[in-house]
Amino acid sequence: MTERRVIVGSRVGLHARPASLFVQAASRQSVSVTIAKDGADPVDARSILSVIGLGAACGDEVILSADGEGAEVALDELAALVASDLDSEAG
Amino acid sequence: MTPILSGIAVSPGVAAGPVAVMAPASSVPEASESIGTKDEEAAAAKAALEAVAGDLAARGATASGAAADVLLAQAMMARDPVLATKVVERIEAGVAGPRAVSDALAEFRKQLEALGGYMAERAADLDDLRDRVVARLLGLPMPGLPVRDFPYVLVASDLAPADAATLDPSRVLAIVTEEGSPTSHTAILAKALGVPAVVACRGAGALTDGITVLVDGRAGQVTVAPADVLIEAAMKAEDLRRAAAARASGPGHTADGHPVKLLVNLGTARETHAAAAADSEGVGLFRTEFLFLDRAEAPSQAEQRDVYRRVFDAFAGREVVVRTLDAGADKPLRFATQSAEPNPALGVRGLRTARRLPELLATQLAALADAASGSRADVWVMAPMVSTAGEAETFAAQAHEHGLGMAGVMVEVPAAVLRASSLAAVCDFFSLGTNDLAQYAMAADRTLGELADLLDPWQPAVLELVRMAAEAGAAANKPVGVCGESASDPLMALVLTGLGVTSLSMAPVSLPGVRAALAQYSLETCVQMAGRALSAADAAQARSAVQALARD
Repeated sequence: MTERRVIVGSRVGLHARPASLFVQAASRQSVSVTIAKDGADPVDARSILSVIGLGAACGDEVILSADGEGAEVALDELAALVASDLDSEAG
Repeated sequence: MTPILSGIAVSPGVAAGPVAVMAPASSVPEASESIGTKDEEAAAAKAALEAVAGDLAARGATASGAAADVLLAQAMMARDPVLATKVVERIEAGVAGPRAVSDALAEFRKQLEALGGYMAERAADLDDLRDRVVARLLGLPMPGLPVRDFPYVLVASDLAPADAATLDPSRVLAIVTEEGSPTSHTAILAKALGVPAVVACRGAGALTDGITVLVDGRAGQVTVAPADVLIEAAMKAEDLRRAAAARASGPGHTADGHPVKLLVNLGTARETHAAAAADSEGVGLFRTEFLFLDRAEAPSQAEQRDVYRRVFDAFAGREVVVRTLDAGADKPLRFATQSAEPNPALGVRGLRTARRLPELLATQLAALADAASGSRADVWVMAPMVSTAGEAETFAAQAHEHGLGMAGVMVEVPAAVLRASSLAAVCDFFSLGTNDLAQYAMAADRTLGELADLLDPWQPAVLELVRMAAEAGAAANKPVGVCGESASDPLMALVLTGLGVTSLSMAPVSLPGVRAALAQYSLETCVQMAGRALSAADAAQARSAVQALARD
C-alpha cells in the first residue's frame, strides 16, 4: 500500500469545483485510489459524494492511498492536485 | 365571466401566455411493486441514474456561471460509483428501486448535514437528485423547471433556489406561485430578472398546462383565459406606464420638489456593473455576505478592500451604504455560525456575531475604511440586527475610530423602534429593513408562505413602526431610509415618503416606476396617504385606501 499525506491547498476546501476536479482526475487513474481524513475510514476517490462528505477544509491533512502498478504515479498526480489552490483556476 | 385569481404582487409588469406547470416532487413510496427480478430492478435503477445524469449534464452544458456548476456537479453525483453500489446493495437486500435510491442518498445527505453551513445547504441538491431519479423510475413527470420550446408563464407551488438559478428570463414570461411571500426567493429573483410575478396566489394550483393567463405583476392578479381585447388593453396600459416611467430621470422628488433619494440594492460584486448603470443616486444597501459565504475562512482585509474598492469606484461621486456582515439565520457561515441554534432568526446573527468574533467586524471596518479613503464614493456603513442604543453607540464609535464618518444602524428589531430616539442620538442614520421588521413585529416566519398575509408590508402595525422610526430620525436630523422589498412598490413608496422616510433603496428594475409615482404626487398627498394607511383596519384596507387617494 502506497500513501501520500497532503495538506488541502484549495481555499474553499475539498468541495464544489475543487472536489469535482479531484474526482475527475481520480477516475482517470488506472488504479483505484482512496482518500481519508482524521483517521476515519478511507473512501473511494472516484466518489464525489464520499469526497465532499469528508468535509476536508483548507489546511486539513488528507491521506491518499493506492495499490499495485501505477500507484506511485497516480498518487503523485492526485497529491499535487489536492495541494494546489484548485479554485484559482476557476478564473 | 372570466375568473380572476388574486395573490400578492411582487414584481411589476404585465404578460400573457400559455401556462407551464412545474411538476411537484413525487413522494417516495415506502414500498412499491418490484418491476421484476432483483437484477432487473437494479438495472432499472442504474439506467435511471444515468438518464438523470445525462439530462443534468446536457442542461449544464448550455447553462452558464453558477447554474452550470450546480448542474454539472449534480450530474457527477448521479454517476457516483459508490452511490450506484449502495443502491444495488439495497435492492439485493429486497428493497424496491425508488426507496433504495432515496435511502442511499439519505446516507450521504446525513454526512453533509453533519458538516453544517455551506455543505448542509448542498443537501438540497441531493434532494433534487432523489426527486429526479424517483420520478424517472416511477414514470412521473420530471420535477424542476418545465422544458418548453416556446415562452410560457411558469406556475409552481414555490421555486427553490436551484430552480431560480437556472430560470431563463427569455423563456419565462411571468411567474405565478401558490406559496411564497413578498420576501421569498421567487419574489427577489423575479424582480432581479424583471419578470412580472404574483406569489401566494390562491387557486394557482388548479391552472393546467397550455391554458392562457394574463399576469398583472402590479395588481397581483392572474386572469384565466382572458379575451384578446383584455390582453391588448392590459399590454397597452403597461406600455404607457413604462413610457411615462422612462420619461422621468434624475434624483427622486415629489411633485412639489420634496427630495427622496432613490438608491439601488447590491447583493454581489457581479451585479455592480448593471447597478452602477442604473439611474440612481447610489447604493442604499450593499450586502457583503457574498464575500463570506461558501468558504472555510473569512476573507483577508486586503481581499475585502479590493472588492469594496471596485464597488466604490463604480459609484464614484455617489453614495454607497455598506451593511456589515449579516451572518446567521438563513445565511449561515462555516466559520461564524453556531450550527445548532433552535431559533436562528432570533439567534446570534448580524451585529451579534461580533460578540463571538469581534475581529471579523474589526477587519471588515478596516477594509472598508481603507477602500473608502482612496475612493470618490461617499461611503456610509451600517450594522444589521441592532436592538439597543448601547449596540448602536458601540458600533458607531468603532466605525468612527476607523475613520468612517457616517455610521448608522439597520432598524429591523421592534425594540430598536421603541427606543428610536435613544438610537438616533448615538448614530448617524437609520435604514429600515422592512422584511425583517415585519417578521419580528408580526411574529411570523419570513419563509412561511402560509403566513404571507401577516408579512404584507401594508400591515398597519408595520407602518406604525416605520412612522415612529422616521419621526425619531427627523427629530434628531438624521436620515431614515428603507431598503426592504416594500421600497420597490410605487404606491408604498408614496406612503413611506409620507411617513417621513428620506431615501428608498430597491432593485434597479423598480427605480423608474417609483420615480414616476413620486413625481406625480405632492408631499402633502403622500402625508395624507400615510395617514389613511395608518388608520386602516388591515393590510388590504390600507392598500385600497391609498389606491383610492392616488386615483383622485
